[in-house]
Amino acid sequence: MRRVSKIAVAGIATAALAFSATACGSSSGEGDKDKGIGLAYDVGGRGDHSFNDSAAKGLDKAKKDLKVGGKEMTAKNTDTEADRYQKLADLADAGYNPVVGVGYAYTPSLAKAAKKYKDTDFAIVDSVVEAKNVTSLVSAEHEGSYLAGVAAALKSKSGKVGFIGGTNSALIKKFAAGYVQGVKATKPKATVDVQWVTPGSTDGFALPDRGKDIAEGMLDKNIDVIYSAAGGSGAGAIEATAKKKGTWSIGVDGDQYYEQGLANYKNSILTSVVKNVDGSVYDFITSVLKDKKPMTGVQTYDLKQGGVSLSYSGGFLDDIKPKIEEAKKKIIAGDIKVTSTYSG
Amino acid sequence: MKKFDKERVLLAIAAPVLALIAAFALTALVLLATGKEPFSAFGVMFEYGAKSDSQVYILNKATTYYLAGLAVAIGFRMNLFNIGVDGQYRLSAFFAAAAGGAMDLPGLVQIPLIILVAMLVGAMWASIAGLLKVYRGVSEVISTIMLNSLATAFISYLLVDGKLGVLDPDTNIVSTEPLPASSHFFTIPTGGDLDPVWGFIVVAVLAGLAFWFVLGRTRFGFDLRSVGRSEPAAQASGVNVKRMVVTSMVLSGAMAGLVGMPTVLNDTHQFTADFPLGVGFTGIAVALLGRNNPVGIALGALLWGFLERGANRLEFEGYDKEIVGVMQGVIVLCVVIAYELVRRYGTKRQQQRVGAELAAQTVNLTKREVAK
Repeated sequence: MRRVSKIAVAGIATAALAFSATACGSSSGEGDKDKGIGLAYDVGGRGDHSFNDSAAKGLDKAKKDLKVGGKEMTAKNTDTEADRYQKLADLADAGYNPVVGVGYAYTPSLAKAAKKYKDTDFAIVDSVVEAKNVTSLVSAEHEGSYLAGVAAALKSKSGKVGFIGGTNSALIKKFAAGYVQGVKATKPKATVDVQWVTPGSTDGFALPDRGKDIAEGMLDKNIDVIYSAAGGSGAGAIEATAKKKGTWSIGVDGDQYYEQGLANYKNSILTSVVKNVDGSVYDFITSVLKDKKPMTGVQTYDLKQGGVSLSYSGGFLDDIKPKIEEAKKKIIAGDIKVTSTYSG
Repeated sequence: MKKFDKERVLLAIAAPVLALIAAFALTALVLLATGKEPFSAFGVMFEYGAKSDSQVYILNKATTYYLAGLAVAIGFRMNLFNIGVDGQYRLSAFFAAAAGGAMDLPGLVQIPLIILVAMLVGAMWASIAGLLKVYRGVSEVISTIMLNSLATAFISYLLVDGKLGVLDPDTNIVSTEPLPASSHFFTIPTGGDLDPVWGFIVVAVLAGLAFWFVLGRTRFGFDLRSVGRSEPAAQASGVNVKRMVVTSMVLSGAMAGLVGMPTVLNDTHQFTADFPLGVGFTGIAVALLGRNNPVGIALGALLWGFLERGANRLEFEGYDKEIVGVMQGVIVLCVVIAYELVRRYGTKRQQQRVGAELAAQTVNLTKREVAK
């Protein structure tokens, strides 16, 4: 055993030496300015048919219109604060400007990066960071979800509808809150089954198989309209409803009727709660690069100015469109107050 | 005897080195298959990994992985597969953060108290699996995996506004009450505008020393290892196997309780739903890599931290970041295979040497007889 301890001491000593010898070397920071747009995705990344793809759409449009380049980074489930910070700092450091953090998980890391890279314009989607060089792009998800609740209640034959959230975070609860309120206001007797893909952790946004399992369980309970606010996991729920005749799914974030990866199931996608992340990301990028007058502060995208909406793609809602438009008017006018907090 | 030792050390080093070389070769093939030039990818990883801010990142990350590796290794040493480190550390970190947020005592009292809470919670959660195994014959692999899911559900039940969580209405993030500034753990400044190294690295080193001492130098450690080698033999020599199972599970859980502490005390100072996930499984890989040896585990943890730092950079440089996941998987497989190959080679050498010595003895004997 003495031998082992000698090796241990030698090992630690060399490691310490190596560390102190190189620590005075260069830091990873270098690079010049104006390389284009930097964007860091939430878990799921580009190709989730949902939230991240919506941001990607805004990025692609800005890249095309403004003829600039860009760099994209993707989050992993195992990411720590340091990993998220590294992504944003790497982008800012290499000279990408503006830098967008997609998703509330970036809140603390973006605040830290904005403090260090004062000349870079940052934006965060779905959260608020208070700093001079940060724009917070938030949406009124509960308002759009209320309309989805109205549609679900009117279209359901069994009087039982479902909600699948990616995780039970406060943000996803906003979707649930509006939806439940919309259902109950339209048909007080209807029941809403609310389930979470992975309560307490963010990997529920990238598990389509789990989304499918939950949706199948709901269909077995005679639930016939399922609204998923679960990023990439929602694709599984859409697949499940497509397999059972007479059942509907409600998409989220983008208009999922036009989503190419979901084209086979589009006839069971009743509608989508479109959250205009692409629009807000695009607006922000153009404000920095084209108008040279970066947005600042909190920008709320709500029903009134079209930041959230309910899509009519496919024409499945045509028969009940007047009722939905009526509810929409009432929300905009302030006659209906949609709650943003869901307890349970 | 001296020469024999040298050979053993050489063999012990040969296995991981062989494994690493094989892993890099296989990853190079995968990179080639995806149409990318492999050596520039390795170049990017090494160059970036050697930067000073990367070193800080690696040390901080390795601190967590090292503790996870130790927790798993305690079980491994006695043939117990504690797959539940993942649930144990998250549950511990959650309760420790909640307890820490509720108190406002001087740091000298509160920090040890928070750590104690974490270790107790981890130990209690792990003991469920130990007791189930001893009294009901439930395999610890199954029960700990299930306890992982239970821990997740338990946390999400309690981590809501009004229970043990506080909601920040601006950011939509629910967390435990943040720790008071007095219970932030000390950090080691690294100069410049670099992030500091987490002071918890000192605790990790102490934990490693304790691991080495208890397992290698005490009667308890001897009993534990002997149960791992052969249960009936240990029983026959008077070891209470049942008690050893529960005790080592409890120790493993207590060590797992420490895993979340560097993050809570040095980094986030609170528990949120995006608390790092899956560190317990990384711990299994790191323990395998380090052959359950405290120094080996440290090297494995550093390697893992280095690979993850490189992974983030690879994506930035336009490579698929999944390549590092492939590399990590290949390394673990190669390590297991390489250790087995080297072990077999060692046994064979030993047999040959013993054979040769025996043969020499017989030759000497016959010579003597002939001489008579």
